Formats: sequence, C-alpha cells, structure tokens
Amino acid sequence: MSSIKIELRKQDIEKIREIAASFGNDEQELINVLHKCQEHFGYLPAEVQEVISEALQVPLAKIYGVVTFYSFFTMTPKGQNPVSICMGTACYVRGAEKVLEEFKKELEIEVGQTTDDGRFSLSSLRCVGACGLAPVVMVGDKTYGRVAPDDVKDILKEYS
Amino acid sequence: MDKKIKQLRLVLRNCGFIDPENIDEAIARDAYLSMGKVITEMHPAEAIKIVKESGLRGRGGGGFPTGLKWEFACNNKADRKYVVCNADEGDPGAFMDRSVLEGDPHSVIEAMAICAYCIGAGEGLIYIRAEYPLAIKRLKTAIAQAREYGLLGKNILGTGFSFDIELRYGAGAFVCGEETALIHSMEGLRGEPTVKPPFPAESGYHGKPTNVNNVETLACIPVIFSKGADWFSKIGTERSKGTKVFALAGKVNNVGLVEVPMGTSLREVIFEIGGGINNDRKFKAVQTGGPSGGCLTEEHLDTPIDFDNLIEAGSMMGSGGMIVMDEDDCMVSVAKFYLDFTVEESCGKCAPCRIGNKRLYELLDHICKGKGDMADLDRLRNMSEVIKDTALCGLGQTSPNPVLSTLDNFYDEYLAHVMDKKCPAGQCRGLMEFFIIEENCVGCTACARVCPVNAIAGERKEPHKINKGICIKCGACMEKCKFDAIIIQ
Ligand SMILES: Cc1cc2nc3c(=O)[nH]c(=O)nc-3n(C[C@H](O)[C@H](O)[C@H](O)COP(=O)(O)O)c2cc1C
Ligand code: SF4
Ligand code: SF4
Ligand code: FES
Repeated sequence: MSSIKIELRKQDIEKIREIAASFGNDEQELINVLHKCQEHFGYLPAEVQEVISEALQVPLAKIYGVVTFYSFFTMTPKGQNPVSICMGTACYVRGAEKVLEEFKKELEIEVGQTTDDGRFSLSSLRCVGACGLAPVVMVGDKTYGRVAPDDVKDILKEYS
Repeated sequence: MDKKIKQLRLVLRNCGFIDPENIDEAIARDAYLSMGKVITEMHPAEAIKIVKESGLRGRGGGGFPTGLKWEFACNNKADRKYVVCNADEGDPGAFMDRSVLEGDPHSVIEAMAICAYCIGAGEGLIYIRAEYPLAIKRLKTAIAQAREYGLLGKNILGTGFSFDIELRYGAGAFVCGEETALIHSMEGLRGEPTVKPPFPAESGYHGKPTNVNNVETLACIPVIFSKGADWFSKIGTERSKGTKVFALAGKVNNVGLVEVPMGTSLREVIFEIGGGINNDRKFKAVQTGGPSGGCLTEEHLDTPIDFDNLIEAGSMMGSGGMIVMDEDDCMVSVAKFYLDFTVEESCGKCAPCRIGNKRLYELLDHICKGKGDMADLDRLRNMSEVIKDTALCGLGQTSPNPVLSTLDNFYDEYLAHVMDKKCPAGQCRGLMEFFIIEENCVGCTACARVCPVNAIAGERKEPHKINKGICIKCGACMEKCKFDAIIIQ
C-alpha cells in the first residue's frame, strides 16, 4: 500500500470508529464511511483503512479494492492548494491539454502528485459543469475560466 | 435572433423560475399535483398505461421505453422493491441532470414517488456523484421539505401509500452509471457491471426488483400526467417523443443547456440556437453521445435528432452531450481523447475492454506520432469490431464508436496521418516540423544551446537552421527564442 507510514493518534482512531458506528457498522455503507473519513482526514491512508476494516468487519483487501476503484478516493495527501484541471470534452477541445502541460512544467509534478513542499497538488477531473467557461481550472474551491497557458504563472502566484 | 424560438422547456420547465430550496414555490407551479392525482385516483396499471402511451424513452442513453420498464418491475412480485434515480452523469462535457437536480429537485422526487406507486416499491434511492455538492444539498433540502409536508414518508396524503428516499454517493467512476454497476456500488462494492439478464427489474438492489431511471426521464413524468400522454406524444418524432436537453459546448458561440423537441435538426441546434461557430471558423464535426457516441459531419446536419436517426448516422443520443468542433480539431486526436477516457474508466473486469481499448489507444497514439501505416487502419477497425461484439457491458460495447465513426466520416484525415505523415488540423505535434524563419532569426544561438540533440546549426549573428533528420520535436528551441523566429508547421 502507501509507502509513507503514519501513526494515527488515539482521537483519530476514535473518530473513525465513530464514523463507522454512525452508519451502524454496516458493511454496505462502506462507501459512505470512506467519504466521511476522507472528508475528515483529507485522504485515506492504509492506516485509516485498517481501522475501518476492524470496525465494519470487512477484509482490508476489500477496502483497498474499493478505495483504488473509485477515483474520488485518494491514498496520498493533497497539497494545501489542490489544482484540478478539467479534461472533459468541452475543455479538451478548447485546449485544456496545453494548460495541463503548463501546470506540470511550472510545478514540476505529474498528475496525481504533490509538490515536495506540500503546497500544490495536481489532478485532472472530468467536467465540473462549467463547460461554457472552458477550459476550466480549479484551485481549491475557486474556479478559473477560459484559462490560457499564459495565465498559469499568474494563477499560481496568487497562492504563493 | 431570439434564442428561445426553437426551444421548448419541458424538462427544464421550472429551472430558474423557482427557488429550488422552497417547496412552496414548486407547489405553486404544480409540483406534486400529478403525484396526488395518480395515488388518489388511479390504479397502478392505469398509470403505467399512460406512461406507455406517452412514448417516453429513457434519457440515460439506452432509450428503453419507460412504461415497459415500469411494467416489468411491477409484474415481478417481491416483498420489497426499489426505485433508483441514476444521477451519476458521467459523460464528460454534459451537465443536464445536474441542472435539473439543482434547479427543480421536486420534479425528480415526485416522479420517483409516482414510479414507486406504480411498481409497488416503498423505498427510493438517488445515486448521485459526490462531485455535485450543490445538487446534493438541494436534494437533501427538498426531501426534508417533502417529508414535512407529508408528500414523502408513511401514508402519503392519507392513501396508505408509503414511500421515502435516501441518497447514495458515487465516487468518481464513469462505469457506475451503468445500472448493474450502480447497484453494486450502492451495496458498498466495487462498481463492476454484471451480465444482464437478470435485469434490475428482476433482481437489482439486494436482489430485489429495482427500477432504474435517469434524472431527465423522471423529470418528464409529472408533465405527462398533468398534460396527458396524448399531449406529450404529439411532441417529437414517430419513435422518439418529447424533448431532449443537450449540453451544447465546444466551438459554438452560445454554449449551455438547450432543450428542443425531438426531431429538431443538428443544424438548428448548432447554428440557430448555438449561434454558429466561434471566430467564424468552419464547422467540421459534432460529437454526440459522449465516449459512447460518434462524430457527425456536415452531411448529417439536417438529420432530425432522435434516438434512431443518430444511431443510423453512426453516433447515438447518449445522455445529451453535444460538442461542436471546427477545422482546427484533429479527428484522430479526438478519437484518441475518448479512448484515453475509456481506458481510464474501464473497470477491468472483461478482457476485450480492458486490453482491447488500451491497444486501440496505442494504435491511435502511434498514428498521431506519425508512426502509423495502412495496416494500422485495418487493425483499428478489426479491433473495434471485436471489442463491440465481445465486451461485457455497455461501456466496452460502445467504446469503439468514436474510432469507427471518425474512420467512416474522416477517413481522409487518417490517410493524411499515415500516408503523408501530416496532420491537416495542425494538432499532432509528432507530425509537424520545426522551422526557423530566416528573416526573424538574429543568430543569438539561444536555440542551438538549448537543443538537447544538437539539431540546430548556424554561425553567431547568422540565421540558424534546424536539421529535420535529427530534431526530436521537443519544442525547447521555440520556447527559448525571443524573436518568434521558430514556428511549427
Ligand atoms: C458505461 C455506461 C454509463 C452510463 N452512465 C449513465 C449515467 O451517467 N446516467 C444515466 O442516467 N444513465 C447512464 N447509463 C445508462 C444506465 O445503464 C441505464 O440504462 C439508465 O440509467 C436507465 O435509465 P433510463 O431508462 O431512464 O434512461 C450508462 C450506461 C453505461 C453502459
Ligand atoms: S466492458 Fe469494460 S467496463 Fe464493462 S465490464 Fe467489461 S471491462 Fe468493465
Ligand atoms: S524542437 Fe527540440 S530537438 Fe528540434 S530543433 Fe528545437 S530544440 Fe532541437
Ligand atoms: S468539460 Fe470542462 S467544465 Fe465541462
């Protein structure tokens, strides 16, 4: 699983158990439990999955299978400023690929990675429903529309 | 030109006219009136008959007759049944369902209750993408308000009919829009499809009869009961009734949601409502049906849009994405774009889809890089046919459509890539050449110094030259040049 080992604090373990219990420790609610845990921790490291496994009495392998199946779940922490580039069709035909290349170059990371200083992470997503503004970039909750490769430096500057 | 002329707001009837967080405003525009009528005055069989007569077909992509689907679920006896609303909307570049859920959540809730009454279900589930936080919030509010008014819950309107709705969240997997995968996902499993039959109407959620309908399909239901099956079936074409909402995007002047009667032509949507192509460029293609659909050309522009015509033309209705492309778009790259999507979203359960689509993608990539030959075009077609015939679920069965339709409609462009090693649209970098314009070059040597393969030669203060044989097309020189002397062609 993930190479970074983390140590869960006592209150973290309790929090996970609490979340699982709020769904009646029901194995069918696994996806809801994972959503809530990711909301709380920001990501789903192996250690968190272990606690869920115990609470729901579901094999860890199955939880890992579910976490890795769905792209919304992540096992690596996101950066403080998660950058997402829409690669939906509308954005693609309006040049999203070039914008993505520019972000990769500026941040020196690939999609799915986080910068060493933890400030930015890069991901691509499929249509945020703002196709009229294509190509669309999101940094955290903020949406940028009609982004050109030349705008990338300025956008990143806002967060430095 | 009046943008509204050709449009007919039926699914979007309330969007923008009501405060979606206030049930009174919805009720003022007749929300729950149809439900009241159905559950107090009609026998389920009678109500199903009306849905059948309306000619409504599923808007989630398949176009299956809704009334018939309800009848199957109704006829399958069980102690429990479920009504599921499919709000997974995975087609990238489409957001019709999201707009309905955000703008008029009560229409979906009302329709689910009508469906539940018809098939004999007591519980409803809405499977919605976690990426739609506002839609989730509005649905939660709407459900709570409906409960408060006794329009959901036990003994609705004193009729003895009980029905309630819960939300289930998706987690970013396109294949979960497929109904069997969706049901597995709601059960807390990986969202992998299973072979049909059994259809959900026989054995769905928890193995019980389950009726799955798309958001837009459901949004039509209250109107059918308030205005009558006859009224509804007068709109549209012979075999496709009512309206369809499209998310118009790409290189058109007016982008956004468009709702038109079935049978409207692509030309009317793109040129009249959409206001034509951006920057006066030339129309090249329109893609419908998302990753399952195809690219249509100029010659299809006057085709009346309906389920059957689009399939005949080599595309499909899909959920309603409509992406317009102009002469700057390379159709081989577009096909590659969709395959990239499919490869990423394939659940991996069956080999034709998992491996076949990957091979298709590699072939297209090969061609875009100028390494393809004629045999590759045959390989593309053969492989596509095999995947279509052998994949387990709808994702794999339709994933080669973007390839097949571009091969059919833009064969010349493929030929240009493999024979002349040229990309007519100027998109494929691998097929282009870097040039130094002599007049602009001042001989600063910046390009020569940055070139990783020493492909640039020239004396200081003299125009430089790129050796095409050595150049690996990395683009580094172009970026370095301060005098715009380097171009790609
Ligand atoms: C790969 C795949 C993805 C699908 N995605 C969706 C979707 O996002 N939304 C949807 O309503 N139907 C989707 N469908 C269609 C559903 O399987 C199902 O046919 C539909 O929800 C039935 O509702 P309808 O009869 O009202 O159209 C998808 C099908 C496939 C094969
Ligand atoms: S066709 Fe693709 S998505 Fe469908 S079951 Fe097979 S591998 Fe999974
Ligand atoms: S594109 Fe790259 S390889 Fe080609 S000449 Fe320029 S720097 Fe050299
Ligand atoms: S495709 Fe990017 S917002 Fe829709």
